[in-house]
Amino acid sequence: MPELNTSSLPDLVFAFLFFIMMVTTMREVTLKVVFHAPQATELQKLEKKSLVTFIYVGQPTPDLIKKMGPATRIQLNDAFAETNEIQDYIAQEKSSMKEEDQPFMTVSLKADKDTKMGIITDIKQALREAYALKISYSAAMKVQ
Amino acid sequence: MARKKRKAPGVNASSSADIAFMLLIFFLITTSMDTDKGLPRRLPPPVPKDQKQNDAVDIKKRNLLIVLINMNNQVLCGDEYIDIKQLKEKAKEFIDNPNNDEHKPEKVEVDVPYFGKQMVTKNHIISLQNDRGTTYSAYIQVQNELAAAYGELRDAISEKKFGKKFADLDEEKQAAVQMIYPQKISEAEPKNYGNVKKQ
Repeated sequence: MPELNTSSLPDLVFAFLFFIMMVTTMREVTLKVVFHAPQATELQKLEKKSLVTFIYVGQPTPDLIKKMGPATRIQLNDAFAETNEIQDYIAQEKSSMKEEDQPFMTVSLKADKDTKMGIITDIKQALREAYALKISYSAAMKVQ
Repeated sequence: MARKKRKAPGVNASSSADIAFMLLIFFLITTSMDTDKGLPRRLPPPVPKDQKQNDAVDIKKRNLLIVLINMNNQVLCGDEYIDIKQLKEKAKEFIDNPNNDEHKPEKVEVDVPYFGKQMVTKNHIISLQNDRGTTYSAYIQVQNELAAAYGELRDAISEKKFGKKFADLDEEKQAAVQMIYPQKISEAEPKNYGNVKKQ
């Protein structure tokens, strides 16, 4: 019985490996704001990624800054938004979840470290109105 | 001289598949581990629009620690300016009130599982206030220091009682420790919103 030729197996696996490496660097959402997370030490991991909704806050990216100006913007999914749109967005995200999961919905606030608190406060107020009370201030681990 | 033509030995490539597989598995694992980290907080439910201004429960002055960050990111704790590095100690002193200081939060006797009757500063509140011009990183730093203060107190009592860090305890014991040091950070509404006061 002729043996199966496995000499091309490494190539196949490498191709797969490269594919995974390319894919993982891609984001689910293309960021339209520049954002450097603030640093902190008392961090907790966010569990259950499917229950997490992200709100990005920061200055627009350099090529968008020409069009939009340097003002801090909020990004929901793929588009810029105003604070009054947050409530609808949260309601929409909430309704797309299973009913038993809805109370555990978490909003992760990914804001740039130089953002002014005014806009963050507006977002927080909007989240309160939308009854999305579990939030997480996204931060990076501080290197000691 | 022997003129025997020798064939160059080929590199044995049979293990390269295994190497590639290991790399593949490494990438697969690390990408799924890349979870988001942050400081979890709970917002208070929205205030009904028709609520009266002074409906808020009166808090005794000794139970309240106001931490204010101004637009220049200076921290005001109680009624003095402090450095951000001092905040943790200040907060720990306030939460724990080890010397039963009458200007620090009052202690209430609470029956805690595993610990029995404990004197707990149950009604303390740390009120975190900020200006609209405060930068987010300063705010996060203050939040972090306050979280660290609670963390250290909880770790200390967990070590003493169970010989383990708080994070390593099981859920029931964690709940007991949380009863002794309940995390009460109130993120006050900004001054610009004016009249609605909540805690």
